[in-house]
Amino acid sequence: MSNPLHIVVCAGIVPDPLQTLEPVSGPHGPGLKNEMVLPAVLDPWAASALYEAAHLAAKHPGSKVWLVALGPKAKLQQVMMTVAQKAGFELVPVDGPIGGFPDAHSTAAVLAETISAIAGLDKTRLLLFGGWESASRGAGITLQLIGEILGITDQFQGVDRIDMRADCSFEVLERVEGGMHQESVCAGLPAVLGWATGTLAEPRNNPQTGMSNMRTILPALQKARPVALSGDSLRYVAVSLPRQQRATRVVKDMSPDEIARELVEWMGAE
Amino acid sequence: MGTVSVSEVKPMVTLPGDAVRAIQWRFADRFDLQMLVASARGVARGFVARLVAAGERNTHEWTPAKEEMLQEFDRAGVTAAFMEPEEGGFISGPKNLALSLAAFELAWVDGGAATASLAGFLALAPIHERGTPEQVARYKKLSAPPQPGEDREPWRGAFALTEPIPYVGVDTGMLSGKVRVAEWTEGEEPWLQVDKRGRFITNIAFADFVTAAVNSDDPRIKGSCIVILEEGDEGIFDRGTPTKKLVHQLSATGDPVFNLKVPASRIVGGYTVKDGTMIPNFSHSEVIEAVFRRTRVPVGLMTAAKLLSAVEPVIRYQRQRFRGAEGLNPGSLRYEQGIQQREDALHRLVDVWAAGEAAASLGFAAARLFDALEPLEKQKTAILKERGIQGGRAEMKALRESEERAIELLSLPPDDRRRAELEADRLVDFVLMDSEANVLCPATKLWNTGHGANMLREAVSLMGGYGITEDCPGFLGNKWMDAQLEATYEGPEAVQRRQLTVTMTGEVFLAQFRAWAREMRRIASDRPGTGACTLASAMGLWLWTLNYLRKATDPSGGKLYHGQRQGVTFALADALCWLLASRAQILDVLELEKRGADDPVVAEDLAATVQFLSDLCHIQAAQSAGEVSRICGELVFGYNRHPGWDEEEHRCCFLAAELDEFEEFMPGIAAMAVDVVAADGSHPQKAGPCAGCAGSSEFLRLQSKLTTCLTGSRLAKDRAADTVSKVMIPEALDYPAAGPA
Repeated sequence: MSNPLHIVVCAGIVPDPLQTLEPVSGPHGPGLKNEMVLPAVLDPWAASALYEAAHLAAKHPGSKVWLVALGPKAKLQQVMMTVAQKAGFELVPVDGPIGGFPDAHSTAAVLAETISAIAGLDKTRLLLFGGWESASRGAGITLQLIGEILGITDQFQGVDRIDMRADCSFEVLERVEGGMHQESVCAGLPAVLGWATGTLAEPRNNPQTGMSNMRTILPALQKARPVALSGDSLRYVAVSLPRQQRATRVVKDMSPDEIARELVEWMGAE
Repeated sequence: MGTVSVSEVKPMVTLPGDAVRAIQWRFADRFDLQMLVASARGVARGFVARLVAAGERNTHEWTPAKEEMLQEFDRAGVTAAFMEPEEGGFISGPKNLALSLAAFELAWVDGGAATASLAGFLALAPIHERGTPEQVARYKKLSAPPQPGEDREPWRGAFALTEPIPYVGVDTGMLSGKVRVAEWTEGEEPWLQVDKRGRFITNIAFADFVTAAVNSDDPRIKGSCIVILEEGDEGIFDRGTPTKKLVHQLSATGDPVFNLKVPASRIVGGYTVKDGTMIPNFSHSEVIEAVFRRTRVPVGLMTAAKLLSAVEPVIRYQRQRFRGAEGLNPGSLRYEQGIQQREDALHRLVDVWAAGEAAASLGFAAARLFDALEPLEKQKTAILKERGIQGGRAEMKALRESEERAIELLSLPPDDRRRAELEADRLVDFVLMDSEANVLCPATKLWNTGHGANMLREAVSLMGGYGITEDCPGFLGNKWMDAQLEATYEGPEAVQRRQLTVTMTGEVFLAQFRAWAREMRRIASDRPGTGACTLASAMGLWLWTLNYLRKATDPSGGKLYHGQRQGVTFALADALCWLLASRAQILDVLELEKRGADDPVVAEDLAATVQFLSDLCHIQAAQSAGEVSRICGELVFGYNRHPGWDEEEHRCCFLAAELDEFEEFMPGIAAMAVDVVAADGSHPQKAGPCAGCAGSSEFLRLQSKLTTCLTGSRLAKDRAADTVSKVMIPEALDYPAAGPA
């Protein structure tokens, strides 16, 4: 196979999921309490996309992976100390606000503009990757919007697998209801793929890969373009964490069938 | 809480994160080290934690799962951290800080895993420090993890020094290994017969090579040396039985037996032949001196990591202690704060935290110092060689002048013109750094592990009965036990104290120490809340006591400060360690305050973080001051014989009849006299007349001043406790607790 791919992965950073996340309202709208000081990680959905991108690129010699990330550059730098060890890529950072509450349209516009400006990017060979969801807020539309702005109409969401063919057409598995996958064949590039978890394990840290990536990451971070996202078009009425419920009942000698029936009833009621 | 103090700064929001630590421990601009930290952490809190949780510590044998841990180290770059980039590593230059950070991260979860990683470096260290170029090239290349495209298993090493089998009357200072000439044909490389028994040798279950210390058993070989043994050598390479350790079970330890024939080129550092005798270029003690002064620091940092790792699980346990109880509703104080409603629980945790901060600061200061010293040492050797000076004694003699210049530099005011000349002198620089390193290394090993083990017991106790179960989050019980081994291996506490008693009395070090005391006063002037003033006073008391003890004698005329008088020298060494740890802690907080604003992530909560960490400094400084006061007081007064009530001793007492006479012209004197002997010889119910303080009044003045310098330290503790009760912690620990795998 000698069809080099140009894969752009859009990935944000989110607070480490183990942290206590508490919504608060600030002068610029809602946010998470102490978000700037909480340790951050690459959004897990987008991270899956990055690992799949690196894997795919390795199978297609001459391919290149860019990681486009919007966030405060100091936080991005911190996250890169781990992410840069996982796979080879070139970082394209955009110095912007942290958090999952900015308007997806504004975010998409900035990211699309950034992608368009990537030097050497061949849009006829482009695979635009990202997460189909986000760990910070599951609007799930940013990637689609970027694709629309860039004029890419072949879009797939909830992707778990891609198999490229020699002619650059590809088969793709998308998640559909009931734990099933829908298999599609796309005639060619460019395309947008919003990844679910994919099939790859998280790569181990490799400091040598990291040091190699850092040669380009650090200068890129220093030159990161600052942006302010417009928030005029979106107003939040209220934000809250999903309600936690604890309704424990101790019952002895209940049969599995009865337990199952009760669970189904409970789920139906929810 | 009983005592409420109002802080002007709002409490620290979250536990200090990586960005804060990178500034404090001075690797914020070292991305290679930050990556190593991330990588080692991934292995520690992933694979290693799962091993511990699955009960892999419950076996002494080296199991396939433990073996896989080594491969995890390889894949994550931990093994390669010791190598130069051209040898398969990714870090250039000195690696003391790098190895310390890796050990710190691994020990955060399990000390045995950290030891397994360090032991490999320890085996290579004699070769790295003193090996011939051929030896360095061969063993580092073999030990480097395979590079892309390579299909080979990396070699593992073990270091076998001189641990004697107990109860056989072998002095620990004696080497248990022997080397003699097996074959020596004219014009060819001699062959050696090495006979070595090791005990408690780490990594021995899987070592491909062993660096072993041996003594000559042959007149044709002079002195001692370190030889490299390989598994494939002719003879016996018996790994022995696994040691039944109660601790560090993720490292392989055993009692091997070697009887091997090896070429003389395996002598570390090579040899020269003179008059038909082989003279190793380095004796075993010269090699291990170079090795241990570096490798002991990471061990001290392992215990520091455990102390700091205890903070989060203890806070979570304290807060959640009562949740789930009947009638306890979210929002109630008891539900939200649990045991943290109680001042004692908070204060004790603050003490553990403060000790962990001080231990980490001391250890990382030592690690950085060795990184700086390494190139300087090479420069020193080159400069002296240029002057025709080579060899241990000749070098020491030549450096005496540099020592005088160093002392002069320390005494000069900041604007003195001569400073520039002395500061530009690399030998002066070397002498200063070497003197400091010779103290910081044993201090780190001794204080971090010894006091650390005590404080880990305290941390365990804060978890109640949970603390001594396998289920305890953070594996605190294991960490407590493991700390005892850390205090023992690579030179037990007595060895570190012995080294300190020599190095801490060097004139260069004492001049440095006086300068540090002045520095603490200056810091106190700018940053009064750090405890720097308390520390300066304690440093002054320690110095006075040392000077006094070096001249003083006991009632029998025996010198007090003497190598054999360990009741004096070791105690004073212990006291010094408290001071050094506190000083390092304060300097790290000042560094954070100075540089934190440049990092937007740190800047967000900088003021509160600095306030909290300063309070911990103050608490630790007060505790150090208390220890120093107690130890010095005991030493200054403890060697005086207490006066008795006998005829000889009670001459200094008033007789009741005398007092009656004195009362006539000194009204009130009778009320002030305490040691009065009545006409019938009866006296107050106590051991004897109160001891005088002749010659010690200056000590009492300094001690009394030190006591008043504790002012405010408990307010700092209240403030820190308040923060501990409010600081945000993650929802769960980022590594598992014990349970079915």
